[in-house]
Amino acid sequence: MSAVTEVGTEPEPAEAEEPIGRRRYTGYLLILPGLVWLALFFLVPFYSLVATSLYDPAGTVFSGYEMTWEWSNFNTAITENWQPLLRSFLFGGLATLFCLLMGYPLAYAIAFKAGRWKNLMLVLVIAPFFTSFLIRTISWQLILADNGFVVETLQTLHILGADGRLLNTPFAVVTGLTYNFLPFMVLPLYASLEKIDPRLIEAASDLYASPIRGFAKVTVPLSMPGVVAGTLLTFIPAAGDFINAELLGRPSDSMIGNVIQSYFGGGNNYPDAAALSLVLMVLIVGMVLFYVRRAGTEELL
Amino acid sequence: MTTADAAAQAHESSTVGPDPSRNLRLESLTKAFGRFTAVRNLDLVVPRGSFFALLGPSGCGKTTTLRMVAGLEEPTEGRIYLGDDDVTDLRAYKRPVNTVFQNYALFPHLTIFDNIAFGLRRRGRKNVDDAVDKMIELVELGSQAGKKPGQLSGGQQQRVALARALINEPEVLLLDEPLGALDLKLRRQMQIELKRIQLDVGLTFVHVTHDQEEAMTMADTIAVMNSGVIEQMGPPSELYENPATTFVANFLGQSSLIRGEVVGSGTSELLVDVHGSKIGVDQKRAHVHEGPVWVGVRPEKIYISAAGEEDNAEGNTVGGGTITDTSFIGVSTQYLVRMPWGEELNIFEQNTGARPVLAPGTSVDLHWARPHTFVLDAEQDATAGVETVDDAP
Repeated sequence: MSAVTEVGTEPEPAEAEEPIGRRRYTGYLLILPGLVWLALFFLVPFYSLVATSLYDPAGTVFSGYEMTWEWSNFNTAITENWQPLLRSFLFGGLATLFCLLMGYPLAYAIAFKAGRWKNLMLVLVIAPFFTSFLIRTISWQLILADNGFVVETLQTLHILGADGRLLNTPFAVVTGLTYNFLPFMVLPLYASLEKIDPRLIEAASDLYASPIRGFAKVTVPLSMPGVVAGTLLTFIPAAGDFINAELLGRPSDSMIGNVIQSYFGGGNNYPDAAALSLVLMVLIVGMVLFYVRRAGTEELL
Repeated sequence: MTTADAAAQAHESSTVGPDPSRNLRLESLTKAFGRFTAVRNLDLVVPRGSFFALLGPSGCGKTTTLRMVAGLEEPTEGRIYLGDDDVTDLRAYKRPVNTVFQNYALFPHLTIFDNIAFGLRRRGRKNVDDAVDKMIELVELGSQAGKKPGQLSGGQQQRVALARALINEPEVLLLDEPLGALDLKLRRQMQIELKRIQLDVGLTFVHVTHDQEEAMTMADTIAVMNSGVIEQMGPPSELYENPATTFVANFLGQSSLIRGEVVGSGTSELLVDVHGSKIGVDQKRAHVHEGPVWVGVRPEKIYISAAGEEDNAEGNTVGGGTITDTSFIGVSTQYLVRMPWGEELNIFEQNTGARPVLAPGTSVDLHWARPHTFVLDAEQDATAGVETVDDAP
């Protein structure tokens, strides 16, 4: 009897006595470093970018800039550069499409067919990152060079004319973008394919779905989060990229990144560069929101 | 697709009921994974319209057998027939067979309605609404049709899985531990539900389970599997009353197995010497007829009495036991009796209130009727099948 009484009056567990106040602030303390980081490296630069886009374009780095609320900077930026802007979305879109077409089978193979080679294949997907982005892109200059193996083979096969070339064409730019951003497509695709319970695929085949229909009705819908994440991770940086167009394309095929870079760099045209950056940002955010809505994967954002 | 359609049409036009031409037949089916043989030379006929249970501990090959019937696993050897059709080489999606998977395997991206309609749509049925609504009604999920599987409870998901398979009116419905993930109370409820639905639709159900009580509750015929072979097959009561092997005796319920030696054999009875006592056994229940044997009896068939108090001339009596433990468990009292030869036997006695509970230390005699005795091969391990009953799958 006494044992029962003792159990009943045992003091409350220690945690309950800890002051609630300290706990309430733990969450805020934990996000504090992130908030400081965001404020320093996103909010402040973003404010500065927006401000710069409204400066008087007559100013220079040497004479300084004046804040004159020049909304016309945006007008100038767009009317003068709508072609590179469009080209960026076209090249970025094509590269994303090719990445998806190549990356999906690759991710599928790694997730379902690689067996004990799975980890090795994943390492191989990431391995190119061990070399600099620049070096890898410059290597494509060698691969696609006029007297290189690829061009000569294509010329021998009469797929390419005698004076046909690959380097310094839009083809080279899209190839470079596709190559450079392929891992960004493969990894999220792999992650979402790998999560699919193989029993669901068995269930589909048990329910009269041929392998192709099972793939279309079960595997593809269940891998949509990976498709959305992969296309976003590929398209956003590809559309804003300037290295590939710089190293593999002609100046006349320049992308919006090249224009922004030249305004900021040689041109010293900070207001237009900032306005163009903001235009690019707004367009991409708009497209992403529209895309994610359509894909029905809002939970991703 | 064409074969499945033809089979489905053939099925729809045939009347539902016992029809020996549509039996499921397995012929010397074998499945080996590398060096491990999961299923060994299995021969089996499941009559059309029956509720058939494959019962066995985990790893006995029952799920592999089921997967081979579904077409999800390719047999190493042997054939599978549905009626006269050899379906061994038919891909899973072409077989008129559906499965209720162990963890249901519901499509998480589809609504309950679309999950249930999946099979019909894949077979090209255009108007599925009526059929799906009827099926949702049958499994009592009326208000859930628009929800996703993740929003349902385990029991509801189980019923969706059942509906999704049943709607295709398969020749054979395969159930792979369908109630394994449910809690005890829900499981009991679903057992009755499943049996009702099976009687309603009249399809052949092949049910894989490791739960002997579940198998006995639902199945017309049970096949007890162990290490890739069927140990014994028959109606639940027959398996229980007359187990053919020590494995069945222990896996299906409990048994007291006592070492004995056959000393005489008549036309209808076998006489066995058990540590000095003479025990009579029906020849029908004797699975060996000479030499050393196991004499078996179910614990609830044994009548316990204080030593020398009762006479049981007609039946079998073994004396000299001492009660070592008495556990009162409500409906019954469970005695543990140490026999003179050192073995401890289990005895269950119903708490009718007519007799007092015997205290530990009491010297007792054990009596049971001759027809309740069975005799098994002494070569077999007396502990085969013990304690694996409650193993998780």
